[in-house]
Amino acid sequence: MISHTKSDEVAYAIDVHDLNKSFSKKKIISNLSLRVKRGQVFGLLGPNGSGKTTTMRLLCGLLKPDSGGGTCLGYDIEKESLQIKQHIGYMPQNFSLYDDLTVAENLYFVARLYGLDNQKQIVQQTILDTGLENVAHKLAGELSGGWKKRFSLAAVLMHKPKLLLLDEPTAGVDPKARRNYWHILHQLAQKEAVTIIVSTHYMDEAERCYEMAYIKNGDVLVQGTIPQIIADSKLITFNLSPCDSDELETQLSRLRIVKQVARFGNDLHVSGFDEQALKHEIGSLVSSHQRWEKIPTSLEDVFISLSNRQGSGHA
Amino acid sequence: MHKVKEWLLYHLLGSRLKAILIKEFIQLTRDKVAITMIMMLPLIQLALFGYAINMNPHSLPTAVVVGEESVFSREFIRGLQNTAYFDIKYQMLSIEEADKLMEKNDALFIISIPFNFSKELIRGQRPQILIEADATEPVAIANAVAAGQALIPHVYQEMTKRSLPDLQYIPPPIDLVLHQKYNPENITQYNIVPGLMGVILTMTMVMVTALAITRERERGTIESLLAAPVHPWEVMIGKILPYIAIGYIQLFVILFAAHYLFHIPMMGSLWLLLISSLPFILSNLVVGIMFSSISKSQLQAMQMTFYFFLPSLLLSGFMFPFSGMPLWARVIGEILPLTHYVRIVRGIMLKGNSWEIVMPELGAIVLFGITMLSIAVLRYRQTID
Repeated sequence: MISHTKSDEVAYAIDVHDLNKSFSKKKIISNLSLRVKRGQVFGLLGPNGSGKTTTMRLLCGLLKPDSGGGTCLGYDIEKESLQIKQHIGYMPQNFSLYDDLTVAENLYFVARLYGLDNQKQIVQQTILDTGLENVAHKLAGELSGGWKKRFSLAAVLMHKPKLLLLDEPTAGVDPKARRNYWHILHQLAQKEAVTIIVSTHYMDEAERCYEMAYIKNGDVLVQGTIPQIIADSKLITFNLSPCDSDELETQLSRLRIVKQVARFGNDLHVSGFDEQALKHEIGSLVSSHQRWEKIPTSLEDVFISLSNRQGSGHA
Repeated sequence: MHKVKEWLLYHLLGSRLKAILIKEFIQLTRDKVAITMIMMLPLIQLALFGYAINMNPHSLPTAVVVGEESVFSREFIRGLQNTAYFDIKYQMLSIEEADKLMEKNDALFIISIPFNFSKELIRGQRPQILIEADATEPVAIANAVAAGQALIPHVYQEMTKRSLPDLQYIPPPIDLVLHQKYNPENITQYNIVPGLMGVILTMTMVMVTALAITRERERGTIESLLAAPVHPWEVMIGKILPYIAIGYIQLFVILFAAHYLFHIPMMGSLWLLLISSLPFILSNLVVGIMFSSISKSQLQAMQMTFYFFLPSLLLSGFMFPFSGMPLWARVIGEILPLTHYVRIVRGIMLKGNSWEIVMPELGAIVLFGITMLSIAVLRYRQTID
């Protein structure tokens, strides 16, 4: 299935601009523009209902935008969805293979659907590569959540796509399996130059991406590498420890200069933009047994700050 | 008493029961298809049973083969028309032409008035008038036959009162011979079993494909399917083809039972019946796919099949005489593939109909199938909007 296509010539696997999409008059995607370089592992982050899944569906041709446009692997997302579908692998959030077929039967189905040559060989190799040997003849519906995710990934990789769109691929997967999963994704990006777009809620997963975009209310609020995003946020963060009362948290939250207060166990992260003012206010509120110091702003601090941002998006 | 009241209030209007009642009510008010079905089904049934179905049909299409044009033959035909059961649509035909009309379901009766009818009548020789009735529809013809028989003693009463008083005597001046064509023994199974073939196919074929796409939608597998480079027509055909085989298995089972259990004759070609069944099976499968492509859930798709199945059952002529229905009901009936298939099956099995008679009925089924397929393809979304 690997052939020289438009996708081998373009610099950006995804290049879309001003995408809009509404459902029953409710705007889900609002003027969304996004560029993803080829061969990257790209993270799509955002709170629930922010439009991550809709963005993925728009990119792979499962939905048509109301306005705006662009390309996916060099193909027009509106007019050339069939060509796009030939070169992408889309793994929806929920298991979307057939529960009443065995793992092997499902894989054969996918192989036939994509018109692969040497189907038997490819299916058997896929089963071996993804460690599905022991469950190959089990009904897909009988697999556990983790196995289902692994099996779904195997199915979307069979036709050797140039772009993988993975919608929350590790939701409900244990940490060890998640680590393995990410190992496979990085290998694909490095060895086979597959572009991978992953939507996720997990910060540690976001940190595994080369680049990421934060989406809220269907719009990209920030995009870039992790250091870029943290630097661009201009957030200054202080850590207070121990913080055993809610009173201090409430008092800090009410201050105009404090942009966010987030609790991490007994620690409290207080962030804002004015370092001197923060120092002054925190110093006046903490008691003698509490330690407080400036710490590097984490990605999570930035994202909490972004998700708290009012009026940034569209209703 | 107080305790009973307390018990009743607690158990009937207690918070748990109340919670379920409120939840059910909210869900019901949001399920537009269910509400439409609750409101529409009784209305449809009232309209069909109240206005469309008539177990005592009048104005039945009749062909007359007149061997002799005379005042007596005209009086007899007038008498038949006055019963309101016979609608003399075709006159002055040859017996072959009249037979053809009956094969094509254009005439339910053929009245043959012999040559020398007047002469034999005047001589008191009780000439025979032959009424051939299409007995593949026994309910449709029963009352008309009775009316025809009741007419005989009185048909010439008025005109012979003075001039031919002998003809007033008993026995009546005419010998009416009734021939129930295609089903001389008036066996109910001859009417039911061939029709049942179409009913069973309609019920099962529409239902199985109605669930086909909605099942994918409900289980979430549609996302993977739509994300793959598949054309809508490939999905449609892929979903239809396996059920054609199922349809033919059903057909063979019914044909086997018809032959060995109910002893229904096969007067025509079995091959013709098998070939004619293909467009019918396909049309029903396409109707199911069409429902599947416009409904949001399997339940909705099932509910929609009722809207198709009910008129098919009642207006096709399978259960109730087609000719007895008002025009609007016959127009709807003519659109439905079951109407044509019932005619085809009864025609081939009982009348021995050939290609030439089956073709127009098949044409109607094919037209219906193409229309439904077009709607299904247009409605099948390549996106998940």
